[in-house]
Amino acid sequence: MSPEALTEVELITVVIDGFEVSVPKGTLVIRAAEKLGIQIPRFCDHPLLSPAGACRQCLVDIEINGRAFPKPQASCTIPVENGMIVKTQLTSPVADKAQKGIMELLLINHPLDCPVCDKGGECPLQNQAMSNGRGESRYEGVKRTFEKPVNISSQVLLDRERCVLCARCTRFSEQIAGDPFITLNERGALQQVGIYEKDPFESYYSGNTVQICPVGALTGASYRFRSRPFDLVSTASACEHCASGCAMRTDVRRGKTLRRLAGEDASVNEEWNCDKGRWAFKYISSKERLAQPQVRGEDGELHDASWPEALAVAAAGLKGKRVGVLVGGRTTVEDAYGYSKFARVSLGTNDIDFRARVYSDEESSFLASVVPTLTTTYSDIDKADKVVLLGFEPEDESPIVFLRIHKQVRKRSLPVVTLSPFTSRGSHKLRAEVISTTPSGEAAAITALSGLTEKSVILIGERLGESVGALSSALALSKATGAKLAWIPRRAGERGALEAGAIGNLLPGGRPISDAAARVDLATAWGVDSLPSGAGRTTNEILAAAQSGELDAVVIAGVDPLDISATALNSLLNTFVLSFELSNSAVTAIADVVLPVAAVAEKSGSFLDWQGQPRAFEAAIEGALTRSDVRILSMLADEVGAPIHLPSVTAAAREFANLGKWDGSVTEFVPVAAVAPVEVSGNQAILTSWRQLLDLGTLQAGEANLAGTARASVARISAARANELGVTTGDLVSVSTERGTITVPAEVSDINDSCVWLARNSESSQAIATLGSVSGEVVTVVKA
Amino acid sequence: MAENEVPENLEPTTEVAKTTEFGLAKAFQESAPITDQSASGFFKQLLGFWVTFATMFKKPNTVQYPEVKAPTEPRFHGRHQLNRHPDGLEKCIGCELCAWACPADAILVEGANNTPENQVSPGERYGAVYQINYLRCIFCGLCIEACPTRALTMTNEYELADNDRGKLIFEKEDLLAPLRAGMLMPPHPMYPGADDGTYYRGEVPGSHPSQNPEANANA
Repeated sequence: MSPEALTEVELITVVIDGFEVSVPKGTLVIRAAEKLGIQIPRFCDHPLLSPAGACRQCLVDIEINGRAFPKPQASCTIPVENGMIVKTQLTSPVADKAQKGIMELLLINHPLDCPVCDKGGECPLQNQAMSNGRGESRYEGVKRTFEKPVNISSQVLLDRERCVLCARCTRFSEQIAGDPFITLNERGALQQVGIYEKDPFESYYSGNTVQICPVGALTGASYRFRSRPFDLVSTASACEHCASGCAMRTDVRRGKTLRRLAGEDASVNEEWNCDKGRWAFKYISSKERLAQPQVRGEDGELHDASWPEALAVAAAGLKGKRVGVLVGGRTTVEDAYGYSKFARVSLGTNDIDFRARVYSDEESSFLASVVPTLTTTYSDIDKADKVVLLGFEPEDESPIVFLRIHKQVRKRSLPVVTLSPFTSRGSHKLRAEVISTTPSGEAAAITALSGLTEKSVILIGERLGESVGALSSALALSKATGAKLAWIPRRAGERGALEAGAIGNLLPGGRPISDAAARVDLATAWGVDSLPSGAGRTTNEILAAAQSGELDAVVIAGVDPLDISATALNSLLNTFVLSFELSNSAVTAIADVVLPVAAVAEKSGSFLDWQGQPRAFEAAIEGALTRSDVRILSMLADEVGAPIHLPSVTAAAREFANLGKWDGSVTEFVPVAAVAPVEVSGNQAILTSWRQLLDLGTLQAGEANLAGTARASVARISAARANELGVTTGDLVSVSTERGTITVPAEVSDINDSCVWLARNSESSQAIATLGSVSGEVVTVVKA
Repeated sequence: MAENEVPENLEPTTEVAKTTEFGLAKAFQESAPITDQSASGFFKQLLGFWVTFATMFKKPNTVQYPEVKAPTEPRFHGRHQLNRHPDGLEKCIGCELCAWACPADAILVEGANNTPENQVSPGERYGAVYQINYLRCIFCGLCIEACPTRALTMTNEYELADNDRGKLIFEKEDLLAPLRAGMLMPPHPMYPGADDGTYYRGEVPGSHPSQNPEANANA
């Protein structure tokens, strides 16, 4: 709703239980009563779903201008009207009796298995049966039973006996997620929730149905029988899995995270989140977690060490040496700021980069010059007249952005244009106009886009940087049309790391490294004589320098080398490697010193979401022994002899906030011209890929139920290519480069004839590790 | 202390206050020693000694514990016990209602999923972790009232003392009732054809012969 519309809203005054209340026209009676603090019992009503009137629990007596409805009415479906007098269960014996009757009917078939039900203790049915039901049951018959539980996906379990047919889950799936895989079957007494036999409930948002189920009919497999609400200590937190910036609630029992729920933030995730954010938290309690610092001994093995010993060895390896710092995209703002300051002050270098992925120099320039100035927010999507998706698959790469676009598509048919090699399921659900592109053809396709206005929003994914000239064309398009631009990285920490200056060409607060005034400004604030000048090395340059001996040491924080390139790990073999890690990994296996750090649940901090808005969180697990990166860096800096004075997350946050944003001039973006598209023939194809939401990501480790809902790895090929190869959907095809071969089932789609699409990091489809490439490379596709 | 004396620190400062007894000063006055030494008082004292005298001829109440252990009243609240169904499956379903009811926060329960390979109790859920901390337990019995399956009851055992605090946290294996005749150590499948309702209504006679030839031979 635009601000103008808000001011024009017509207020309607109704009387509820003798109290007058004025609410905007169109408000439902149940919501108007809430405004007065009158709680009408309900099951099917949900403020973010369209009214259904399915459970009938909210019956009230309504009278309009002296004419009463003959029978009690469902207050969740009736909008307020002038002259309306509502009597709820508090003042109307008729409404009270009607509600008690409905409750009795709902309970007739509801099993008395509250003691084994996960919802017990936080169940709207339990609570409202106590507050608005009869004390004693009069039903003596046999209750309807079903086989239970039914796995409607590997993660969501259905118990049909408990269902009160409120249709919240089915409405959510259809209206919010757009995955109508769950529905009400049969009619009358036999009505039940069911799934399509051929399609499993493979939705990225299925966890929300568990959260909004008002009874225990839908439960999550990973939380099954684990706890009771009174055991849990709940902490408001932020999601560490992507840049959407969801508000979350983390429930901890005795030092162990048992579940995570979507928190409420109307400006970001409303009340929803994705399954990754909800269920991917087992990595915190993984057996591979590091508890102690480790130092590689003379025998070549890692040995547990004390903190002073490990810090001393680490400092000796770094002091006076040429060091590169790889921060990775998962750090909090405070930790990234710590790395940024540590690199500049303690190591005297600008060789720092947070990008553990494929990137380009064009992107470096874009990040330094354009991204810090972007102010597009979720509300711009709400108001947009058109949304353009460039190198961005929102359902996989920023699921809450997808929900927001989907909401507008459903509400007002918001036109969506996407540059993609094929029509993905997400594009299909957004009814997007798909402009079929090849990896090198994006720049030309962007330039050819038309029909954008100042109210349009261009959402740029981090993958656009993989295509030469595409970012330049997108920026030019935005400048030419006035359309709002947003850069949506995939990882939660990238925007924050950029603002914190964890990149070679930018200092904290968007200060350009090339600007002497900015360096002096920061040096003064930090109390040091000078800061290193000249743009630092990028991720690949750091690795190359490490291999060639130009760097003596590398500090790596939670980076999976396979995210960068297939050979990244090899580059580190001959240098001193200091690893800040959660768990044993490929990097810790070769590191000289390993320092264990706190997971998000164990520390406080904040992320910057793609809007650039801070998403602060407190430690959910009290008394964890692990420390935040910035605290360790501060100790290490003391040991190195060039202190950074950031003894805590709070201190880092305060110092970073006090620095403020750079208000001087920023460097100009350097546009890059597009290159000619690659030509392929015969069995050759251009590789294109992206990461699916649920894949082999490090932070999804250890959660088999979640992995079970991941989309299958396929190779998408065009019908023409399928014909040529003599394969159909489901037949195995091999996609190979000189480096290796990925063999997965083919899926014939509307993909460009010259392309083949693979999942970037899924089961049996790890593009970087196997093929050594993710996009744009010419590969060979043959029948396996 | 003499009758009219008041403690120094409470001494009133004005004449008026001295003559009007109130507060602590008045209380001191009233608690003055009894000086009634009349004859009736002497007989009252004798009457008092009569109780002492008569008791000398009664059977002593002293129990020579620990050599002799007197039985408690049948409903005495002693150590808890986790009961079993007649076939040996545990009655506890890990619902945590006992822990919820406990006013002393002495009980810790963690539920878990029964699987066909690991059927510990009838139905879907069993108590995987069950601890009662007898350093905290006040033996009020609210837990056994809360138990929906009569899994938790109290025995008459009262010998709950130790010189190690850790040992007073009783684990599930310390609390579980012993196997009786016809019972089979879980995990084992439910009685053929039975469901959790059958168990709850007490219709399961014992372990099925096919499951437990040995126990049946013993019985």
